[in-house]
Formats: sequence, structure tokens, C-alpha cells
Amino acid sequence: MVGEIKIENASKYFNNPDGSILTALNDVNLTVRSGSFISLIGPSGCGKTTLLRAIAGLNLVDEGTIYIDQEPITKPGHDRGFAFQQANLYPWLSIEKNISFGLKARRIYQSKKEDVAKYIEMVGLKGFENAYPHQLSGGMNQRASLARALVGHPKVLLLDEPLGALDAFTRMNMQDEILRIWKEHEMTMIMVTHDVDEAVYLSDQVVIMTPRPAKIEQVIDIELGRPRARGSNDFLKYRTKILEILNFAGENKEPEYYL
Amino acid sequence: MIWKHIKKVSCIVSVIGAILIDRLIPNSVEQPQANATYFLYFLYIVGTLFVAVYITALFHEGVSKKLEETSPLIAGGILILNIINIVCSKLALLPVLFFPSLDRVFGVFVNDRVLMLECILSSGRLLVIGFVIGALLGFITGLLLGFNRKIAYWVNPLTKVIGPIPATSWSPLVLSLFSTSYQAAVFMIALSVWFPITVMTSSGIQNIQQSYFEVADTLGAGKLYKVFRVGVPAAMPSIFLGLFYATTGAFITLVTAEMFGCKSGIGWYLNWQKSMMLYANVYAGLILLAVLCNLIIKILFKFKDRILIWQKGVIKW
Repeated sequence: MVGEIKIENASKYFNNPDGSILTALNDVNLTVRSGSFISLIGPSGCGKTTLLRAIAGLNLVDEGTIYIDQEPITKPGHDRGFAFQQANLYPWLSIEKNISFGLKARRIYQSKKEDVAKYIEMVGLKGFENAYPHQLSGGMNQRASLARALVGHPKVLLLDEPLGALDAFTRMNMQDEILRIWKEHEMTMIMVTHDVDEAVYLSDQVVIMTPRPAKIEQVIDIELGRPRARGSNDFLKYRTKILEILNFAGENKEPEYYL
Repeated sequence: MIWKHIKKVSCIVSVIGAILIDRLIPNSVEQPQANATYFLYFLYIVGTLFVAVYITALFHEGVSKKLEETSPLIAGGILILNIINIVCSKLALLPVLFFPSLDRVFGVFVNDRVLMLECILSSGRLLVIGFVIGALLGFITGLLLGFNRKIAYWVNPLTKVIGPIPATSWSPLVLSLFSTSYQAAVFMIALSVWFPITVMTSSGIQNIQQSYFEVADTLGAGKLYKVFRVGVPAAMPSIFLGLFYATTGAFITLVTAEMFGCKSGIGWYLNWQKSMMLYANVYAGLILLAVLCNLIIKILFKFKDRILIWQKGVIKW
């Protein structure tokens, strides 16, 4: 099986407009087992999106190396699919053409035509193949965007809060959908999220990150069988634990009785 | 209900009014007579046409709506012609040399029709050749400027210096540089088209959101694929805006260039008729020019609506 990601001593710096340097990633080390589902969680500014984009090759790290199956990552590639926070569909292409964009770019569309139809059906957009993105709802566009990232069968799927813009009901459906795809295709999934419940529900491991300097605070293994019951005691225990770590590591370390 | 009806018949009423006035009031003796009553013929044609449309509208809902919408406008237009007819032909209130009767202006389209058709074809050919050359070069320059930082660094200042100079002001130079005035005209039209398309293409590309390219990157698209399958379509609305600026610019340059050295075309026709003091023909030429320019822009918009169907209604004409 393939799709192992190994992050070694990765650091990334940005220049602030005032000339100071912002540490966006501080000496991050992490190994993502091939075929596992991990979530990156933490407050804004903790570098989780920076890390995800570095794995995708959209921004490279300044120090350290990120490997996919022992190969250092130097640029974006179709072995790492990316589901963006916004659907980012091309407005000038129909849904079907948006989804098949990557296959056409790689000149393998002719042999994979059936895959496009299959994924359109899987994300529930059958009958909307010829619609343009502006004619569909945000949730439908997001599903099309997911299908576009999946249809090329990447080894690793990187998800940057792709469900953030959806309503709660659609969101839970999509979570189950993502789990199903993950099991069926045995790919590695790395997801950035703000939602603790979502992280516990989906992941094998939850990686908790903290800002200033942006680093990994703790990695928690979620040892629960699937399907997981969102209200079960064990589920809530993990949830509480993660929230405690996030609160403890948060900015306000002063006890509340000061107030 | 009554109001709707008045709107629908307004155009026919206006035509009848114009016909009555033309027939009842005799032409002024100062105004040279045309060889036939062409304005009257024109009114008969418009009148018959709208009576036919009116009858169709009684049975057809869509035609009825359309007629209600356009009829008052046509009525207004006919009314203006009617007033012009009274002022110029019937009363001869204005100098008759510069303000010929409508009969004579409309007569030009009949009497000079072969020459005018030749002029349209000649101008059309010149316009198409110049436009295609200028548009292609502008598109290529725009792409290079939009995508290549080094080229942009060296070429951008050149574009900024050359671009804003009106293309026609090159005429003293290019008329002596090129062996024929036709080539010079092609050059000037191409130049007037090149600049707006270059600017709108490159700015369109530079304004594309970065995420469109990032998506293509993660899907495994190569450099050229990104340029032509992401950059160009995303910049298309802007490129079309450039095409519209270019069209009006090309028309101005076309007419001016033809006035300078060419031996055919609408600009040449205008200039020639003016030098012979045939102002009726000049007016006819101007009307022809207006109709053609509108027609071209109409076609361009139809074309745009087809290509930019995904964002229909963004640029309105």
C-alpha cells in the first residue's frame, strides 16, 4: 500500500509587512501511516493549513523535508489530491467537465470516462452533469469539488476544511460519504478542521497544533471502532480530552478567577 | 388595456402622420427636387411592415409584447424624420446645400447602391484583415505579458508608450513607409486593435484568482494546459471587453485611414462626396456607417453570449 507521508523537522517562515518574521511552522515532525485518516486541529494561526499546503507542494517548507513514499515533495502533483475550503470550481466549465479536468490534463480521460460518471453518481450529482457551477448550491459545488479531487485516484487526499461552508445536516452526510470513499479506495486522508466532533468522528489520529510558535502539541490515537456513535461515552471522552488540550494550550492561560 | 393598444398603434399613426404631411404640404421651391419621392416610399414600406406586424400581434402573444415595446420608439424616430422633412423640404428653414431633403438622402441608397455596396465590401475587407492581425498579435502579447514576468518587465513600458498614441496619428509616417496606402491602412487598424486587446488580455490574466491555478496544479496540469485551459477562459470576459474597445477604435481608424489614401471604402466615399459638395450622399454614408458599426457590435455580442454563457449578462450593451 502507498501514500505514506513523513514530515521531518519542517519549518516555514513568512515575512510580515513590518519586516518581522512569522514562524508559520516550527520544527514539525509527523509520520502519517499509509491508508490512515488523520485530522489536523487547532486554533487559527497554528499552521495547520500551511502544513497541508506544504504536503500538497503548493508552498514548500523552508527547512526540513516532507516525503511521500520516501520521495521528497518539491512540487504539486496528482498523487496528492486537494479539496479546497471553497469549491473553486471553474465557472466556465460544466460540472462534468470540471470533474474530468484533471483526467484531461493528464491525457487519460479516454480510458477513465466511466470513472467520471461513477464519481458524479457517488457525490449525488447525477442529472446535473451539464449544469454550470453558478446554477447549483454551495453544497452541490463542494461535492463536485470533492469528486474532482477523487476521480484521479490520488494516493493521498488533503482536505482543507472542505465541509466548513456546509450546513450541519449536509455536513454529517458528507462525513459519512468521505469515510466510505476512504474505506473503498484505501487512500491516506489528511484533513484540516476546526470541528472537534468531526475530527473524532472521522480520524484514526487527531493531531493537535498550537500557535506561536506553530507546532504539534500532541497526537491522539482514536481507538474506537467504526461506525462511531457521536453521542457515546467513549466518543465524548475523546472530545473532552481534545478540548482540554486545546484550551490548556490556548492563549489565555490565566485562570478565570482573575475576573 | 387602452394604453397598451395606443402603444402598439403609435408607430402606424406616426407613419400615417408623416405621409399626410409629405403629401399635403408642397416642397419649398428653394430645395432641389429629387428624381423620385424616396422618403415617401420609405414611409410606405415601414407603414406596411408595421401593419403586418400589428395583424400578426393580434394572434401571437410574443409578437404583441415585442411590438408594444418597440412601437413607441419607432414612432418617435418617424416623428423626428417628419420634423426634419418639414424643416428641410417643406419650409427650407436651413441652408439647402448642407441640409438636403430626405428624398435626396434616401435616394442615394437607391441611385448609388452599386458603388455603396462596393464601398462596404472594400471597407469590410480592410477592417477584417486589420482586425484579425491586430487581435491575434494583441492576444499573443497579452498572454506573454500576463504569464511571463521577464517579458512583462521589458515589453510593458513599450506597450504603455506606444499604446495610447491614436493609431491614426501614425499616418504621416506609415503612408511613406508602406508601399501602398492599403498596407498603411491595415497597419493602422491593426495597431488600434492591438493595444486594447493586449491590455485587457494581460490584465484579465493577472486578475485571475490564484486558487484556479492551484487547483490545476494539484490535478496534475502542465504549464501550457494551465495557460490555455485556465488562464485564457478565466480572462475571457476581460478579453471580450478589449474586443469591444477594439471594434470602435478600429472603425474610427478605418474611416480616417480611408479618407487619407485609399481609393475605395466608406471613408473614401464620404470624403469624395464632400469634395463634390453632395451632402445628401455624405448623410447617406454616415447612416450606412452607423448601421454597419451597430451590426458588427450586435454580432460580437451574440458571439459573446454563446462563449460566455456561464456568466450571461455580465457585460450589457
